[in-house]
Amino acid sequence: MSLDGPAILETRAARKEFGGLIACSDIDFAVPEKSIVSLIGPNGAGKTTFFNMLTGAYKPTAGEILFDGHEVGGLPPHTITRLGVGRTFQNIRLFQTMTAVENVLVGMHTRLRGGIIRSILHTPGIKREERQAHENARELLRYCQLPERVYDEYAMNLSYGDQRRLEVARALGTEPKLLLLDEPTAGMNPQESAEFTSFVSRLRDERGLTILLIEHDMKVVMGVSERITVLDHGEKIAEGTPIEIQQNDRVIEAYLGSGAAGTAGHGAARA
Amino acid sequence: MMDRLHIPKRLQRFVLPAIIIPLVVLYPEYYTQLGTSQLIPTLSTAVVMTVFVTMAVGLNMVVGYAGLLDLGYVAFYAAGSYVAGWFASDQFATHHFVFGAVGVQGNAIGIHVSIWILLAVAALFAAMLGVMIGLPTLRLRGDYLALVTLGFGEIIPQVVRNGDALFGQNITNGVAGITPIDPMGFKYAHGVLPFLPDNFLLTPNLDVWYYRVGLLLVAVTVFCSIRLRDSRLGRAWVALREDEIAAAAMGVPLMRVKTLAYASGAFFGGAAGCFYGTYQGGAIPDNFKLYISTLVLAMVILGGMGNVWGVCLGAAVLSYLNQQGLGAIGNQINSSFGTNIEITKYEAGLFGLIIVLMMLFRPQGLIPSARRKAEFDVIREEAETAGVAA
Repeated sequence: MSLDGPAILETRAARKEFGGLIACSDIDFAVPEKSIVSLIGPNGAGKTTFFNMLTGAYKPTAGEILFDGHEVGGLPPHTITRLGVGRTFQNIRLFQTMTAVENVLVGMHTRLRGGIIRSILHTPGIKREERQAHENARELLRYCQLPERVYDEYAMNLSYGDQRRLEVARALGTEPKLLLLDEPTAGMNPQESAEFTSFVSRLRDERGLTILLIEHDMKVVMGVSERITVLDHGEKIAEGTPIEIQQNDRVIEAYLGSGAAGTAGHGAARA
Repeated sequence: MMDRLHIPKRLQRFVLPAIIIPLVVLYPEYYTQLGTSQLIPTLSTAVVMTVFVTMAVGLNMVVGYAGLLDLGYVAFYAAGSYVAGWFASDQFATHHFVFGAVGVQGNAIGIHVSIWILLAVAALFAAMLGVMIGLPTLRLRGDYLALVTLGFGEIIPQVVRNGDALFGQNITNGVAGITPIDPMGFKYAHGVLPFLPDNFLLTPNLDVWYYRVGLLLVAVTVFCSIRLRDSRLGRAWVALREDEIAAAAMGVPLMRVKTLAYASGAFFGGAAGCFYGTYQGGAIPDNFKLYISTLVLAMVILGGMGNVWGVCLGAAVLSYLNQQGLGAIGNQINSSFGTNIEITKYEAGLFGLIIVLMMLFRPQGLIPSARRKAEFDVIREEAETAGVAA
């Protein structure tokens, strides 16, 4: 457990409004270095909006987002990626007509140097860089347990599970310090989910990554997270270890409705 | 179906080029033996074909690789021609500057710079123009981008047409255009290698030499295009065509990469324009109509977006028809059937028909890229399943 380490990611009163709708309301949130943290909440709770603020897809209306000592709120996505935030998407967004290797190579974009003139001239430096990049890409695909025969297949021809794994490999290609996984086990069967859970732990242990998950599968969440943050209606309603969250009234209420919490004998009514 | 026709890899890589390249390069040597039919491309048609192939391969970087629909490509072609006009003619008569130019006296009026240098200058100028047009417009997507580039493609010829009194300066000489533009030649190399003519205009058949230079231009363009396609930048282009949001999240700086695509395409458009200007001996606004933009785009689509060889073929076919083929076919029809149809008047309609037929029967183009083919296969499968379901 490494929950006491310094925070690699911290938000202070991060807020996002769309017109009159408050999607994220002043969220204070911290992810300690080399931890595995989950973000949960019912549909429409603002999880993905929050993710999109972290990765630069949305500019926060107010508040601060600090990553690795940099204020990143409102920076363009590619800058945040270069600083070390990698992500996957809830609905798989691979480059369909690029091979698995090419997908990972695109992920490496900010880590490679090849410019327009040197690429045309094919200088020895470029050749070396490209060869090394291809090797690294294959290495990452292997690490993410993609079968060797699909390395040069178009992403569109990969099985669903392989596509999910390829998304992770592509994100690893950006050499992240913090990896954001948006519902990575959606559509997986229980066995695949279990395998994925142990893979997430390995990513942290072997590669020293910090991992932030959005997840609906409670088995995955409870199994892998060291800390869980719960959002509901754009607000943070609870934070704690998996055990604490399981027993938290407001969380039960948010998921099952206020009646459920009432019958559980606590009656923490909330307007 | 034609795409069932499977050509083995080895044949594609070595045998086909080994046949096609000599046939193309040696065309001036044997074309007179092909008979006297009007359908045989003349050398001047062949020169114009090289200009259009260069432009189509350049536009393919923008449209085929990066997926940015550009309807104003003619602007860069015009820019290239006018660079030749400004720096290789009497246009700026108050200046006296001669640098490596062919066929002019040392004390001639106007600015006269060697066309070889101007090819590079024109390309860089067009690329710069591409960056300037690109920065404000490339934030738009899809149809919106197409509309704005269409606007620029219209604005630039208008500026050129009315540019005979810009701020009191005669920049473009208005509708009359700038003419004559200096010819090409090997002014210095001629001394060392006498078989290289010092002035193309003074050779028995100037088209032969212009054809050779045109082929060189095509070769350089194709080479750069392929190298870029297989580079880090080329991958970023495909990625952003596929999914802008995912590409940005993977660290691809969208604006920078799009602008580079636009500028690369413009670069070769400018070079082609400069070459055409010197070959025609003038930069004339009527040569830079919207029609050229759509024609070059049609070449890219017909040949197969994203595939350099397909685009070369598409450009060769359409520019041949445009330049000579349609008229020749019309004459053949008229003399065989005793009719009196001016088929060239129907040219735009016929090209439209070709594109419609292509979209119906072979939307991926004559020689599609592997990526496009994969895309279209999925679309067709989906259409077929939908058809079965209905």
